[in-house]
Amino acid sequence: MSSFAFEPVIGLEIHVQLATATKMFCGCELSFGQPPNTRTCPVCLGLPGALPVANERAVHFGLMIGLALGCELAPQSVFHRKNYFYPDLPKGYQISQYDEPLCRGGRLGEVRIHRVHLEEDAAKLIHLGVSGRIDRSDVSVVDFNRGGTPLAEIVTEPDIRSAEQAAEWLKLLRATLRRLGVSDVNMEEGSLRCDANISVREVGSDQLGVKTELKNMNSFRFIERGIKAEVARQEGLLIGGEQVIQETLHYDPSSGRITSLRSKEEAHDYRYFPEPDLLPVTISEQMRSRAEAEMPELPVDRMERLQRELALSAESAQLLSFRDELGDYFEASLAAASGTIEPQVLANWVSGDLLGRLAEGQDPAQTNVSPASLAGLVQLVSDGAISVGAGRQVLDELIERGGEPEEIVERLALSALSGEDELSGIVAEAIAANADAAQRVRSGNEKAIGPIVGFVMRQTRGRADGGQVKRLIEQQLTSHL
Amino acid sequence: MSDGELLRLSAAEAAAAMRAGQLDPVELYRAYRQRAGADLAAGEHGLNCFTWVADDDGAAERLGSGLPLAGVPLAVKDLFCTEGVPSQAGSKILEGYRPPYTATAVARLEQAGAPLLGKCNQDEFAMGSSNETCAFGPVRNPWDRERVPGGSSGGSAAAVAAGLAPWALGTDTGGSIRQPASLCGVVGVKPTYGAVSRYGMIAFASSLDQAGPLSRNVTDAALLLRHMIGFDERDATCLHFPNHIEIPQEGDLTKTKIGVASQLSAEGGALERGVEDGVAQAFADALSLAGQLGASVRTVALPHAPHALAAYYVLAPAECSSNLARFDGVRYGLRACAVGDRDGGGQAPRPGDASGEGDPSEALFGIEAEGELIGMYARTRHDGFGAEVKRRIMLGTYALSAGYYDAYYGRAQKVRTLIADDFRKAFEQVDFILTPTSATVAFPLGAFSSDPWAMYLNDFFTVPMSLAGIPAISIPCGRSGRGLGPDGEGLPVGLQIVGPPYSESRLLQVAYVLEQALRFDGEVALA
Repeated sequence: MSSFAFEPVIGLEIHVQLATATKMFCGCELSFGQPPNTRTCPVCLGLPGALPVANERAVHFGLMIGLALGCELAPQSVFHRKNYFYPDLPKGYQISQYDEPLCRGGRLGEVRIHRVHLEEDAAKLIHLGVSGRIDRSDVSVVDFNRGGTPLAEIVTEPDIRSAEQAAEWLKLLRATLRRLGVSDVNMEEGSLRCDANISVREVGSDQLGVKTELKNMNSFRFIERGIKAEVARQEGLLIGGEQVIQETLHYDPSSGRITSLRSKEEAHDYRYFPEPDLLPVTISEQMRSRAEAEMPELPVDRMERLQRELALSAESAQLLSFRDELGDYFEASLAAASGTIEPQVLANWVSGDLLGRLAEGQDPAQTNVSPASLAGLVQLVSDGAISVGAGRQVLDELIERGGEPEEIVERLALSALSGEDELSGIVAEAIAANADAAQRVRSGNEKAIGPIVGFVMRQTRGRADGGQVKRLIEQQLTSHL
Repeated sequence: MSDGELLRLSAAEAAAAMRAGQLDPVELYRAYRQRAGADLAAGEHGLNCFTWVADDDGAAERLGSGLPLAGVPLAVKDLFCTEGVPSQAGSKILEGYRPPYTATAVARLEQAGAPLLGKCNQDEFAMGSSNETCAFGPVRNPWDRERVPGGSSGGSAAAVAAGLAPWALGTDTGGSIRQPASLCGVVGVKPTYGAVSRYGMIAFASSLDQAGPLSRNVTDAALLLRHMIGFDERDATCLHFPNHIEIPQEGDLTKTKIGVASQLSAEGGALERGVEDGVAQAFADALSLAGQLGASVRTVALPHAPHALAAYYVLAPAECSSNLARFDGVRYGLRACAVGDRDGGGQAPRPGDASGEGDPSEALFGIEAEGELIGMYARTRHDGFGAEVKRRIMLGTYALSAGYYDAYYGRAQKVRTLIADDFRKAFEQVDFILTPTSATVAFPLGAFSSDPWAMYLNDFFTVPMSLAGIPAISIPCGRSGRGLGPDGEGLPVGLQIVGPPYSESRLLQVAYVLEQALRFDGEVALA
């Protein structure tokens, strides 16, 4: 039995809250933590007689997502009603799209896209726990602020083969959506939500196994963990000669436990039918070209360009593309450079020294370090006008107070000791002060040079170039033999 | 002017008198308010036309002078939402419900100068053809109180016929304006689908529902319709009406080509039980009168029209099963406790209200388990909906179920397309099509209470136009003749005139010419 080798087959369903000004089918503004039930109207409360009107901006965002994912945009798509009873669904149906979605097909990276469609979000149910009421029942309240928020649902083909790949790909999708400016794509706040369809099969098989749908993974970490746990569970069943049952599962991040929400037999019959209150969405040439005109350079394209045109490493290119604020900062800095600096060197400064001095997720454009001043700093280092160490001190000063790198170098007297005469004197001083160490170096112990170098660096307050210092020490020790 | 004279003025006449300063709008409003209020107070001993009547003259006093409708009071079918005023759609599940907003059609007529007089009784959620499915008791026909006024806009039609209102708003899904207009001897117009905004109309079947006027004559209908139509950004299916509604003028029917379809004729065509003799006679008389007025009459084919009723009774219930899902006891209207509750069922308090004025932190519902929630839904809908509404919800739920969709909903949609095509082709040959509005005159209360399908057959002549989305008007064309039998003698008969999309003005003009020649006298019914 244990000779079986399994591979997971994973497809994702991603819900993205669109960052429109108003809700999907009414004029209410979207809610960001406003008091409960203050962003509602007859339409999103499902009052008798109220009617939906589709949000054009949401359709536009849907088209941009479709273009970014290389989908085919349907000339005409249809809203359907998905009927089921729940207190977070005030009309008793969700307006969604069914067999005629806005976009079909497509690909992002190595994963094919099945479809993209538009729908409305449900309201938020809040379970307040045991109350003081006589009937001892738990109390649930509904906040309709979220109800009716526009959602794009993106469904992939089952092209993903590991939990790690799922999380990595989702990061690419998030970067892409953020670049489009169509969503806040924040998993913790629920503006990006992901369910996974998971099955396993024997390696080499082209059949799909029985799949389960795993819900409630609200961070990249939980997605990876949840999928891993479910894959392990399914493998365990198969190895033990049992069957996987088609069901919807709930992942509890705190315990890591997976529990069944409902089986296939308990699945709802949603009784989809075309929403008679809305006309089909017809995509005009004008709507299409407007979406095309607003397409920015996408992370996958930027990554490729940064490697091709600027010869950046794959790692640097990925970082600067996935975090577009870093990429934008890098490119602004490169453009501001007066002389010629090596793009990879600048990229290293951005992704290393600069990023290391920022708070988690902070945009460097929001700091005191302007792209031009970083370029100036890197230029000074590249030209040998200051040492790398001095450069870091300049960066500290820029972060702290801003300013011009040249001015800081001058004010703090950080310019490199380029004249070998001055440095030679300090080196001689250092050798004299560390006679023991000098002796050990002369007798072949190269590591003993450390204290002598350290003395010079202290004396020069980091202005000297480490390589040059070492070379001078070695020269003097040899010549004094 | 005496109250009697006042009440005999048509809406257009009253408006003209008020514009000329001969009549005070508040005086007129008060006179109608008293009549309507008396009927409301009489309950089922009266005609039971109203579920609410204004109790002061505020609505009339607030109106500016010089508005096009000049202050002529308006009765409104209960299913139109009216801010702060009960809007119950004839259902127990919405008993006492006061919406926080007003329907576009009502708001437009108020802005044009028609103050809200009262809300009219109707079949529950507009599902019925006799006004007997209402939770607040049946409406009685002013021509014969032992008979029904038709439905579902029966309260509106009876109120206009009885002079309890100068004119009224109704809605028509499969005949709900035209059939009661026919049975009560008044004029009723179902406009082109999309002509009037549906925003604020409590929905029955969204793809069919249309608001329209009920009035004593064609001129009043044109005047009211003129101020109802037009684009509304709150209704995605509402259109920019491509022309203006003209007030009809004196004229004849020369150059008018009228079609009669054997499938929808007085011979009954495919209608099993046929058309009553009195109706057939009045229809034949109206046709020959049209000929005398210069119209050419020819036969057209509407081959799929006999299938309209079957398609309608799949599509309308399908839509209603979804439209009525919102009545779940969570946010507004009736809420019952779950079966087996500690309280032993019955009504539970529902904190908070639909206008959002309640304390949002207050619990909207308390549930221990999913089963109890489902129990609350079931009990609320069991207690809140009447038998006919439940029947249609079940029909529609079934028709949309997995595995049945194509056989029912899908096929019915295809039939609907064929019916619309039939009309399109027919209107390449003729300007209008004439049919009886109803196969019968007003029938006795309870006549069809044990046979739903026989009741559905009342919509035989009106449903095809609803499926095609085209306009139609019903005008009284006579009274069932003497000597044709003991039942329904002397009761009004309706003539339906059907036109292509957006032909309302021409339709009203033809109706007006026929009305002038027919000289129908409806005064008998004035209560």
